[in-house]
Amino acid sequence: MATAVETIAPQATYSGVWSWITTVDHKRIGTLYAISGFSFFLIGGFEALMIRTQLAVPTGTLIDAELYNQLFGIHGLTMIFLAVMPMGAGFFNYLIPLMIGARDVAFPRLNALSYWIFLGGALLLTSSFVFGGAPDAGWFAYAPLTSETFSPGRNMDFYALSILMLGVSSMAAALNFLVTIINMRAPGMTMMRLPVFVWMTLIISGLLILALPPLTVALLQLLFDRHYETNFLIAGGGGDPLLWQHLFWVFGHPEVYVLILPAMGIVSETLPVFSRKPLFGYRAIVFSGLAIAVLGWTVWAHHMFTTGIGPVQKSIFTGTTMLIGIPTGIKVFNWMATMYGGSIRFTTSMYFAVSFIALFTIGGISGVMHASPPIDTQHQDTYWIVAHLHYVLVGGAVQGIFSGIYFWFPKMTGRFLSESLGKLNFWLMFAGINITFFPMHFLGTAGMPRRIYTYDSGMGWDAWNLIATIGSFTLALGILVFVVNFFRSLRQEPTASNNPWDAAGLEWATSSPPPEHDFDVIPEVRDRDPLWYDRDHGIEPPEAPSGVHIHLPPPSYYPIMMAVGTLLLAIGPMTHLAVLALGVPVIIYSIWGWVLEPTD
Amino acid sequence: MHLTRRFARRALLALPLLALAAAACSAPQTTTDPQSDFADTVQNVYLIVTILAAAVFVIVLGLILVLAVMFRERPGHEARQFHGNTRLEILWTIIPTVIVTIIAVPTFFAIADTTKPPPPDAITIEVTGHQWWFEFEYLDLGLVTANEIHIPAGVPASFNLLSNDVIHSFWVPQLAGKVDIVPGHQNNLWFTPHLTAVRDEPYLGQCAEFCGLSHANMRFRVYVDTQADFDAWVAAQKDDRVEPTTEAIAAGEQLFLTSECIGCHTIQGTTAAGVIGPNLSHVGSRGTIAAGIMPNDRENLIRWISNPDREKPGVVLMPAFETRMTPEQIASLADYLLSLQ
Repeated sequence: MATAVETIAPQATYSGVWSWITTVDHKRIGTLYAISGFSFFLIGGFEALMIRTQLAVPTGTLIDAELYNQLFGIHGLTMIFLAVMPMGAGFFNYLIPLMIGARDVAFPRLNALSYWIFLGGALLLTSSFVFGGAPDAGWFAYAPLTSETFSPGRNMDFYALSILMLGVSSMAAALNFLVTIINMRAPGMTMMRLPVFVWMTLIISGLLILALPPLTVALLQLLFDRHYETNFLIAGGGGDPLLWQHLFWVFGHPEVYVLILPAMGIVSETLPVFSRKPLFGYRAIVFSGLAIAVLGWTVWAHHMFTTGIGPVQKSIFTGTTMLIGIPTGIKVFNWMATMYGGSIRFTTSMYFAVSFIALFTIGGISGVMHASPPIDTQHQDTYWIVAHLHYVLVGGAVQGIFSGIYFWFPKMTGRFLSESLGKLNFWLMFAGINITFFPMHFLGTAGMPRRIYTYDSGMGWDAWNLIATIGSFTLALGILVFVVNFFRSLRQEPTASNNPWDAAGLEWATSSPPPEHDFDVIPEVRDRDPLWYDRDHGIEPPEAPSGVHIHLPPPSYYPIMMAVGTLLLAIGPMTHLAVLALGVPVIIYSIWGWVLEPTD
Repeated sequence: MHLTRRFARRALLALPLLALAAAACSAPQTTTDPQSDFADTVQNVYLIVTILAAAVFVIVLGLILVLAVMFRERPGHEARQFHGNTRLEILWTIIPTVIVTIIAVPTFFAIADTTKPPPPDAITIEVTGHQWWFEFEYLDLGLVTANEIHIPAGVPASFNLLSNDVIHSFWVPQLAGKVDIVPGHQNNLWFTPHLTAVRDEPYLGQCAEFCGLSHANMRFRVYVDTQADFDAWVAAQKDDRVEPTTEAIAAGEQLFLTSECIGCHTIQGTTAAGVIGPNLSHVGSRGTIAAGIMPNDRENLIRWISNPDREKPGVVLMPAFETRMTPEQIASLADYLLSLQ
């Protein structure tokens, strides 16, 4: 198909590794995000296995307290910032321009910059293991445990500086996608015809733009407290450790929705296709997503019910938190109604989507339970919370991501993942998730606190811990099957047609994989399910005209150069000011070159 | 084939039951066996919410299963094309609204119940969280102890929670939900243990907020006594120094009072008046040492004094005395400490 159209060759063309380093193509950047995210997902999973092995039996001796305390923190940070967020970013980088009928994102070079800064921050955070120790105060990093007094090593500096970098990356990506979705839609793609996945990305972008500033402020306060003798978070100096908790959770709670909304978007795409009918209650799903995003700002102190906040605050944050249960419930019912009356094809992608609804519901139910502060006084900081958050993030977000991988893999590579290995992948993961995380509810009610590297026998925790550990290895085996499936599939011949699932979205109107310019002709959208509308009304896809020049942005090495400069800025405070001083001219030079770079 | 399937079904049924039995047999830090007014209040809300949650769980997951089976792809069955239904949308906006309202109302009452100021007749205990042990001071009785407290049944016990280092959390699940101990804030928690809560075994508590290296090793115990037993305990705790009864004890006392021990520890009636480490007056009467991580006996005391950091990672304020004293000297210290009944 692509041969019918001649694209203007960018002035500089690169091949091999250099072509990836300089790429500004949203599909390649999406692929980079996805592969990096999945690699960190494997690293985070390995950290989880070490944690679970240590806890398999009482008074375990596999790892010591110091390493354990680093592991649970870095596991959380890796899974949240380096795995689930970038895997989500992989999807929306690759798919959004295709879904809205555009040739690329609004700012292709900014998109590359987002990725490279993400990679820099991710490597900085992970390298902490080699250079003196990973962050050892958890991903939540409550002051004053993070102060110079109680954490004199580099651990928390790695935390603050790498999260600052990741914040810059997310902020740039969020602005880029906000502008792309608002401005670059194909003719006829009105807001109420946007695929739900696009809507969810739009909402995430808004959440990130507003949520990252308070986190940035908190991180800077932490750095200043640690290095310049300020007392923002130190009670003895007139500051308040609870200030950190407020700022952190004003970011942290919307962040939870940043993690789960892509998965909600994905299953809103896959459920209708495999049920062979339109999404039920499109408007309700979109508006409940918006409601979740708005209410998400009003609930942060439910993470702080035990900190001694007063009865009025407790009641207000209880009310707002329970309100969020309503739009969430609406979404679940609409997904179920999408299955109703369908003719369901149980592909691997559909298995993951259905299991997403079920497991996310379990996480939602346990969430509403400890939205009640009196109950939370018993559940907070116990394994009950660990069970809850993993049902939402593994049962929810990760299952959703796998549904998306099996669904869009043929679009992205032209190849199918094996369905039989896929089913094995699914059942091992499904069993693993439930065997690992369901017993944690019982551990929580039996009084087992989180973040303890050891526990005594005779607490009634031994059996459940052993079962959970067995479950975690089952889950890991499931992931391993996926990795095998992935590489097996890449070695096969590409056989996928443009629209192998008979899906409705615009991304299926172009070839698999899509050409560099995405569409030979920018499609026209006549319905919320454009390809189904065209199919049912006998509308043929437009002929690709010949001799048309399509302008594509040329590759650029300034984004990665600027990311290197940013990384130097982050390394500087931990090593030598000379490193920081080197970062500044690199960044200035990159901006200079970026601005003056010819665009064709 | 038939037999295998029957066996498999039985095994499947038996497995969760076995696991449940194994877990339920003894969980001394359980959150679901309340023994005070506070814990009862929490439990009452928890039961309502759990029943509702279980109902939602069964209905929603059951419906998903039914839908998946009923509408699976099969010959002669076409998908019906429809986009939505306003009545249904309204219905399932109302359903979660009703459910959360049913949860919210008793929650609000329980919030009010569990945040009331303590009554004036309460026994007030000031709790100071340290990395990684609890200091307890009975403000009205002039008693200071560590990691183990006694309270009388039927009398309100009020805890003022303070920290000079990092955030900890005070939690004895059977007696009350947790309240964090935040530097710069004075939080309060109070509850009245039931008269039926009296027992010889202590109620187990544990720090519930991550507080550094040995967070896992920061535990404490609460004994709920009858009023008479409590009074007797208070009287015993107020006793001053008693003459050593054996030579080993006398040697231990002599060593304790002439070494760096007194820089950090207090023993009533002696010159030891340090306030950095736990108060050791009557330490021999406690069931455990090192914040509830090991039974209080001669062997464990020797191990602890020899090298506390080995027993509890991160304890650096107390040096490893195995490099400074002979094993005999350490043993005499253990004998002395055990004699402080």
